[in-house]
Amino acid sequence: MKILTGNDLKTGDVVWWAGDTRWSRHLADAVDAGAEAEAILKREEAALRVNVPYIVDGKQTDQGPMPLHIKERVRAFGPTVRPDLAINTSIPILKT
Amino acid sequence: MAEPQIIYRDEPAVTDTPVALTDFASGSNAAAVRIEPGEDARALLPHLSQIKLVEIAFPAFGDGRGFSSAQILREAGYVGELRATGDVLVDQFVFLRRCGFDSFAPNSPLNEDDVKAAMSFFPDFYQKTSDGVAAIWAQRHPVAS
Amino acid sequence: MYQYDKYDQAMVDARVAEFRDQVRRRLDGSLSEDQFKHLRLKNGLYLQLHAYMLRVAIPYGTLSSKQMHMLAHIARTYDKGYGHFTTRQNIQYNWINLEQTPDILADLATVEMHAIQTSGNCIRNISSDHFAGAAADEIADPRPWAELLRQWSTFHPEFQLLPRKFKIAVIASATDRAAMRLHDIGIELVNNADGVLGAKFFVGGGMGRTPMIAPCIREFVPAEELISYSEACLRVYNRYGRRDNKYKARIKILVHEIGADEYRRQVEEEFAHMKTLGLIPPVAELERISAFFTDPAFEQGLSDDIDRSDPDFAVWVDQNTHKHKTPGYVSVTISLKPEGGIPGDATAEQIDLMADLAERYAFDELRVTHTQNIVLAHVRKADLYAIWQQLDAAGLATANLDLISDMIACPGLDYCSLANARSIPVAQKISQRFADTGRQRDLGELKLKISGCINACGHHHAGHIGILGVDKKGVENFQLLLGGSAAEDVSIAKIVGPGFDEDGIVNAVETVTNVYLGAREQGERFVDTYRRIGMEPFKEALYG
Repeated sequence: MKILTGNDLKTGDVVWWAGDTRWSRHLADAVDAGAEAEAILKREEAALRVNVPYIVDGKQTDQGPMPLHIKERVRAFGPTVRPDLAINTSIPILKT
Repeated sequence: MAEPQIIYRDEPAVTDTPVALTDFASGSNAAAVRIEPGEDARALLPHLSQIKLVEIAFPAFGDGRGFSSAQILREAGYVGELRATGDVLVDQFVFLRRCGFDSFAPNSPLNEDDVKAAMSFFPDFYQKTSDGVAAIWAQRHPVAS
Repeated sequence: MYQYDKYDQAMVDARVAEFRDQVRRRLDGSLSEDQFKHLRLKNGLYLQLHAYMLRVAIPYGTLSSKQMHMLAHIARTYDKGYGHFTTRQNIQYNWINLEQTPDILADLATVEMHAIQTSGNCIRNISSDHFAGAAADEIADPRPWAELLRQWSTFHPEFQLLPRKFKIAVIASATDRAAMRLHDIGIELVNNADGVLGAKFFVGGGMGRTPMIAPCIREFVPAEELISYSEACLRVYNRYGRRDNKYKARIKILVHEIGADEYRRQVEEEFAHMKTLGLIPPVAELERISAFFTDPAFEQGLSDDIDRSDPDFAVWVDQNTHKHKTPGYVSVTISLKPEGGIPGDATAEQIDLMADLAERYAFDELRVTHTQNIVLAHVRKADLYAIWQQLDAAGLATANLDLISDMIACPGLDYCSLANARSIPVAQKISQRFADTGRQRDLGELKLKISGCINACGHHHAGHIGILGVDKKGVENFQLLLGGSAAEDVSIAKIVGPGFDEDGIVNAVETVTNVYLGAREQGERFVDTYRRIGMEPFKEALYG
């Protein structure tokens, strides 16, 4: 699946595209952008909601949508050394 | 040649088409010259008396070599038009002015209100440059006259 | 400490107003992220993995209690209650909101602080010896020179768009506590044959992808020519540093490619020209600045005795204090490397406490070290026990200065968008493995430095033991390096062999320390033994 992500322009929060013009801080809300990914990116960048949104490869898992790369999973979780600050606590960092 | 959008000179912008700096080596008698980032501005110093316009190219704003080229020319006493062309952005404006540029021909026109704002933020600077403005250290230690 | 006059204050106030305008233009869409990126970086604002990150400058690592309290206030008000002290003696905050950034800068400006040029391809914060003005072995306080350079480099119009970032360090003793020769310009204050103080210039050092030790470019630059000579060094770099490849753009590559002799020749030519221009501040300006760095009112005739009856306190005194130039005084290092902690991190409460201690016991002054600790430079020995008790209660009394658990670690993949691997978990596991103070002290001075990627923010090239995190087909992998040093015995570490996983690298560190314990001769540190016996015995123990 194609997951769209970026950081909220004003707050810097990690956000995931959740359909239409919605962005969520929760990875579980992420929606497969499929073939529309590029077009959605362009539209959303212009809308000034999200700072440099980009596409990451992911797959559906038992825990919901999951990026393949560790860097994106760290982004979704939060700093692994500060679980007290974590947002999406159920994300396995090392493997999907 | 790029027409300047903004000019800080009493006389109008020079309209000659600048020749490449390399042409001066072969004895050009042109009065306008263009310097690219990788070129040595000092090659022009022997010819300064015949020059009315130096155009310094900024193909990409992140390439700061043109700032040194400008300083070198002004330090050598060049008083003609010094034009910044290319990817010239408002947030570099103050620094360009301080390095001696007095003419600006940006690829995309600058918002003149933004230019005014940019020029008004800083009352003083720490360095002495060829723009002749008294550095902060000079104001702290005025020389008794 | 240096205090702003109206010119300095106007400068930071203007920058706040300018940045507020730049943020406004970004939020209303008149600046694209591409355009804004370079503007925000010039003010230390990054976009990292989780949020914006703001790096605040702490010039030459010196700050007052009031400034330290402000750092706590920012952590509490605008961030998640903590900050991270960096290897360039700065502090950075990990959870910054773009809209609030101008207000943070405005708050900083009220205590003479800023984020100017803490990133971008310009001259960064000038770093220095964290014991400046206190060390028994210095020939002068290097900070007035650093302050002069700070002012010269702030918004220098010619050097805003250099080929790459540019870092300068100034020290004034033969002992190098600032990794001076691993800077783009390293300056050592020296006395010439006539006893006149001047600057010895080393140019072209650095870590990153291609570590280099800076060669000496000039043995002596007189005080009054410091700025002209620096300007000459920078102009040659701005004109001829490589711009075709970001990874070859640091000045070390220029100096290496054309050779130190040719670089020196070009600088001398430019310097001769600079001297004709009258660009330089008069000596009176250095004198004006120096007046801010005179000694505080040390009491005379204090005793050097310390009541060592509390054994934990005694260990801390032995490990974390440094000889002061004045009898009865000592410099204290507060370790930000507790067992299992995050190197360099401090909570708002800890920052406030350290500020309070400085106010009460240390002439209102603190230092940040390049090894990510905090120093109280001037402390009466008689006050040590009271200080230690308060630090201990706040988890700040770890007695491990210069030991294996006093490690440098970059934020790594837990925070940094450039990282390939997480450095902090490795640091935590090693500090837990070696938690026993007796065992660490038996190992003696051992500089462990961990980077989460090849950019080397964790100084792995300069570690007696270095660790470099890499991405091996999507999996974190750690390479082991041995034999580096950032001190006066400066050297570049070498990679031992194939890398390890997270637990494997912790074991590997233990293995090489065991090789050292078996092979060391009287008085040898780890790095001394390594230099004597070479890589082979370590390799053999690791890979058989």
